[in-house]
Amino acid sequence: MTNREKYVQAFVEGLEINADQTEGLAYEAIPEWDSVGHMNLIGCLEEAFDIMMETDDIIELNSFEKGIEILKKYGITIA
Amino acid sequence: MFQNYGERPALIDENYGALSYQQLFADAEVLYRQIGKRCLVFSLCRNSAESVIGYVSFLNHRVAPLLLPEGLDGTLLHTLVELYRPQFIWCPEERRGQLPEWEKAYQQRNYVLLKTGYEECELFDELALLLTTSGSTGSPKLVRQSYKNIKANMESIASYLELDETERPITTLPMNYTYGLSIINSHLYVGAAILLTEKPLTQRAFWDFLERRQASSIAGVPYTYEMLDKLKLFRMRLPSLRTMTQAGGKLSPELHKKFAEYAEREGKRFIVMYGQTEATARMAYLPYEKSLEKYGSMGIAIPGGRFELIDADGKTIEAEETVGELVYYGENVTLGYAEKRADLKLGDERNGRLVTGDMAKRDADGFYYIVGRKKRFLKIFGNRVNLDETERMVKREFPGLDCAAAGRDDHLYVFVTDGEKADAVKRYLTEKTGLNGSAFTVKGIDAIPKNDAGKTLYKELEEIT
Repeated sequence: MTNREKYVQAFVEGLEINADQTEGLAYEAIPEWDSVGHMNLIGCLEEAFDIMMETDDIIELNSFEKGIEILKKYGITIA
Repeated sequence: MFQNYGERPALIDENYGALSYQQLFADAEVLYRQIGKRCLVFSLCRNSAESVIGYVSFLNHRVAPLLLPEGLDGTLLHTLVELYRPQFIWCPEERRGQLPEWEKAYQQRNYVLLKTGYEECELFDELALLLTTSGSTGSPKLVRQSYKNIKANMESIASYLELDETERPITTLPMNYTYGLSIINSHLYVGAAILLTEKPLTQRAFWDFLERRQASSIAGVPYTYEMLDKLKLFRMRLPSLRTMTQAGGKLSPELHKKFAEYAEREGKRFIVMYGQTEATARMAYLPYEKSLEKYGSMGIAIPGGRFELIDADGKTIEAEETVGELVYYGENVTLGYAEKRADLKLGDERNGRLVTGDMAKRDADGFYYIVGRKKRFLKIFGNRVNLDETERMVKREFPGLDCAAAGRDDHLYVFVTDGEKADAVKRYLTEKTGLNGSAFTVKGIDAIPKNDAGKTLYKELEEIT
């Protein structure tokens, strides 16, 4: 699986949504992405990329695109 | 009910900034003039100035409100309106679209007062407030709280938490939820300033507001503390934060210990508490000095209250470390339930004694520990979800399907006899309750296990969850 596929899969699993809903998605834009969904998403991202995210990064990840930017800090490039 | 502390700040709203007690009382007065007499009002709550102004207006002028979540599903809201027929609805302007049948009588900031035209109803003289037993499923079963209940509980809470006017709690729980409301009550009582935000603690805006406005305390249900743990709160610098309280379900002993240690290390207070809507809010607390020594315990009765444990025959259990049903006595024990409009005229049906439905034991030092629950409900992210009601909702929506609900806190399992409908049932529950879908698992099963009398065998179901 490419990093992008893993990244999309974390959204699909963490928020229980379809892959075609992920692009352009922002926090609270859908009922699934509430605070509970957010923590599930973070858990899925941490597992998929075997990382431990910092508090600042967890609370700043408020969109699909922002997450790609944040993951760069952890050495993960999503093309 | 509430006292005017003049120029002191009462509310600090993330959108409107600070409002003094003077302004709060003036705005509450203007709102009351539109209502003009004792009656029933539905208030759709959010953590904002308008919502608190409405609440203070109603309580101070003997208008009885039913507090509901602002996001309550439209169908469930209409069912409640038709059942109780309130004279007014106080709600965010955005909800207007869903309630077009009623005339707008007044507007204050982003809230509107809708006049329904329903005939007056008889209210018991001491009836102050109505809260739902299970907000998310729109249950028609309400808890009736009296003026004396609210007053007794807020005084007791202010005393054991040692609250004074320097406190600045930040909202992390809905206002229509008894625990969230008790924070508003007890802090208005001492003349403190309440920081009002709708932002969740998973977003930076919440922490910026907390820091900028120097919040002194935070409150949470077990799930909140699980989130704070994952957010690595232990590494955050939060100098203004003095107190952290927890209620709304049993925190795991591991997390209790972890937060107690953190608090001790950082010179903060971590206070685990126990309560129910039926007891206005609070019944017990674990003094912070004992937080580490007695982790896993929900503490001792609050000032003015006392506990008793009873066995299956209703006899008092004197022995320590023996499990029995927890019974509470105190002035905050509410009047009783209402299930229809005519029940609003009922008087006090409990006389200061509440059989909690929780199973507990007491240690040699007199500290109580919750070990289980008698009643058929779960707490999901702090919200009470009634299992029998969930079954009724699903059966009503999906005729011809048999179902049974079981589970543990934070996770509800629904077994349905038509596996193909599992996804639709899950979607329905998520939509109606407004709770995150990860809390629900819907499984197909050939038949619901039942005994000869037709009673569902939940024990068997629990084994396959």
